Amino acid sequence: MQINATLFLNYFSRMEYLPQILFLITLGIVSFILYKRIARIRSNIMLGKEIDLKNHKSERLNNMMLIAFGQKKMFKRPVPAFLHFLIYFGFLVINLEVLEFVIDGLTGNHRIFAPLLGGVYPVLMNIFEFLAMAVLISCVIFLIRRNILKVKRFHAKEMTSWPTLDANLILVIEIVLMLAILTMNASDQLLQLSNEHYPDTGTLFFSSNLIPLFEGMSEGSLIFVERFAWWFHIVGILAFAVYVTYSKHLHIFLAFPNTYYGDIAPKGEMRNMEAVTNEVNMMLGIQTEQPAEPPAEIARFGAKDVNDLTWKNIMNAYSCTECGRCTSECPANQTGKLLSPRKIMMDTRDRAEEVGKSLASGGKGLEDGKSLLGDYITKEEINACTSCNACVEACPISINPLEIILEMRRYVAMEESGSPASWNSMFQNIETSFAPWKFAPTDRFKWADELKED
Amino acid sequence: MSEYKVPTMAEMTSSGESPEILFWVGCAGSFDDRYKSVTRAFIKILNKVGVSFAVLGEEETCTGDPARRAGNEFLFQMQAVANIQTLNGYNLKKVVTACPHCFNTIKNEYPALGGNYEVIHHSTFLQQLINEGKVSLKGGGSFKGKKITYHDSCYLGRANNIYEAPRKVLEALDAELVEMKRCRTKGFCCGAGGAQMFKDAENGKKEVNIERTEEALSTGANTIAVACPFCMTMMSDGVKNKEKEGEVKVKDLAELIAESEGL
Repeated sequence: MQINATLFLNYFSRMEYLPQILFLITLGIVSFILYKRIARIRSNIMLGKEIDLKNHKSERLNNMMLIAFGQKKMFKRPVPAFLHFLIYFGFLVINLEVLEFVIDGLTGNHRIFAPLLGGVYPVLMNIFEFLAMAVLISCVIFLIRRNILKVKRFHAKEMTSWPTLDANLILVIEIVLMLAILTMNASDQLLQLSNEHYPDTGTLFFSSNLIPLFEGMSEGSLIFVERFAWWFHIVGILAFAVYVTYSKHLHIFLAFPNTYYGDIAPKGEMRNMEAVTNEVNMMLGIQTEQPAEPPAEIARFGAKDVNDLTWKNIMNAYSCTECGRCTSECPANQTGKLLSPRKIMMDTRDRAEEVGKSLASGGKGLEDGKSLLGDYITKEEINACTSCNACVEACPISINPLEIILEMRRYVAMEESGSPASWNSMFQNIETSFAPWKFAPTDRFKWADELKED
Repeated sequence: MSEYKVPTMAEMTSSGESPEILFWVGCAGSFDDRYKSVTRAFIKILNKVGVSFAVLGEEETCTGDPARRAGNEFLFQMQAVANIQTLNGYNLKKVVTACPHCFNTIKNEYPALGGNYEVIHHSTFLQQLINEGKVSLKGGGSFKGKKITYHDSCYLGRANNIYEAPRKVLEALDAELVEMKRCRTKGFCCGAGGAQMFKDAENGKKEVNIERTEEALSTGANTIAVACPFCMTMMSDGVKNKEKEGEVKVKDLAELIAESEGL
């Protein structure tokens, strides 16, 4: 033991390993936080009811490839779609460079891929720089769209201070991260001239323009600038990864499972409630093929809180990046009603977060006296929906706000008998006259008499 | 005595016949004064092309769609199961309806309750008749060159991806089809779906149907074509509200075809 401790101390005392140890510790801390956050989000999503979505595997895969990977639905609005594509593609490709960062950080190397890739490496670095610039410019344009042009869908009622700040923070962080890469490359190019530790990348297209800023600095200062930018970029990315789990930006990961588990059935179809079918069959004396299963535990008809929704509904909520395409096409919202499909998703997520947080700290969780319907979403909102599916169609990543709205209407109608009075009259008409209007059933075929008079 | 026949399933079955299609009339088609004329237009077309069809007559009841959309799943399923028993009792295989809500419910939602049929909306059915040459609108009739705009029904369009059939029918009229800015997948609702037909709108700045009617009127079309009884009501009310009922007519596809055929 004594020897080991000495060795350890010796090891530690060698300053050259310090950056690697620091990097390992950073990576360890971030991994731990991410692990906790992902576990929490997972358990929040699993507050929802079970739903079997294991069918249609190839169709689902196809949807994911087209809609998430291929961004198909984004292109209904070409300008933001193009800018978004640049950021998305940049994110995918620049992550390859992050891999090099991580290996360098752990092994104490600098640009470990440079000798391995030879002449390809400078080409790759130039490609990364083009993408970094594309990301940077796109983010600036997005900031302008949000804050100066004030595109309407970013300024609805539900876009309160946090959602607005969240959106701007994401864009600013991405810009700063890209600036760090360019700063690092610029100082690196200067260091390549005098220090063998820095593999030759050739002149890089964009960052070489920043070189004048650093010319004339001592080598020590240049190393400081380069190292600072390197650490800033990688720690920034790791911190951003943690931030994302608290942010609407989670769509960068969840868009994939979300489109995979997106609806396969025609949009017009509402899912049948088996529990009700059993009761209806019993009332009508219809024999069912399967012997009536012992009545499954029916907590509630319809949805009052997040646990009455399915896990897919809650995953939808965590996937929402609050772009507002749904709300901007909602006929109720566009004519001034309270309903906003985006708010339905934001409320669902906020409630799931609230319940999850409470449960994690030993609190009352779902039994806290609050509920999604009532404390977050009002009846006036769900009653305004025309079930036109515009929101479902508009969502670039297959989120379905309509399903949540209709599940809540089920709760209101069946558990509370709290539907609007005119709907209750309509129900009564169907029960007694077999039509939603109060006409005598015996008059149903009268139209044919009128035809015969033609 | 009229030349038009409207056989019921009961009559047909008692004479040992079985029709090729069941025409599901729907509550609006049976009771709503305006939509009854669509029902009659469609019956005239069916008679003219000589399709073997029948209706349920007094045996038909609400599909349950408005109850389900308003949240009353019990009532929906009671209606659905009763209708399925009737349809299965007659061993029906093919259902045609002029109501997108009935169409959606019978096609997509009855299978889970044991009702499996080939369900066709009348816009698709009319398109088939035109394609087969059974309805030939030679000479361009009364609509030649006139501007018609088509208002997408949500339950046909987004709900069931039927965008082209109604447009093909209108093209056959030789009319000039002018699209609204929000059409097809972006079609703007008339405001009546999801059981809104049966209650007042929630508080807002504007009625949905007024917003949509303004859009339709701005195309300069003098006919607004619809393919749904709720859209018919909402768009007609909108046109009246804008005091344009003199110049602009709201017509169903079946009415336009029947008119152009001189039926």
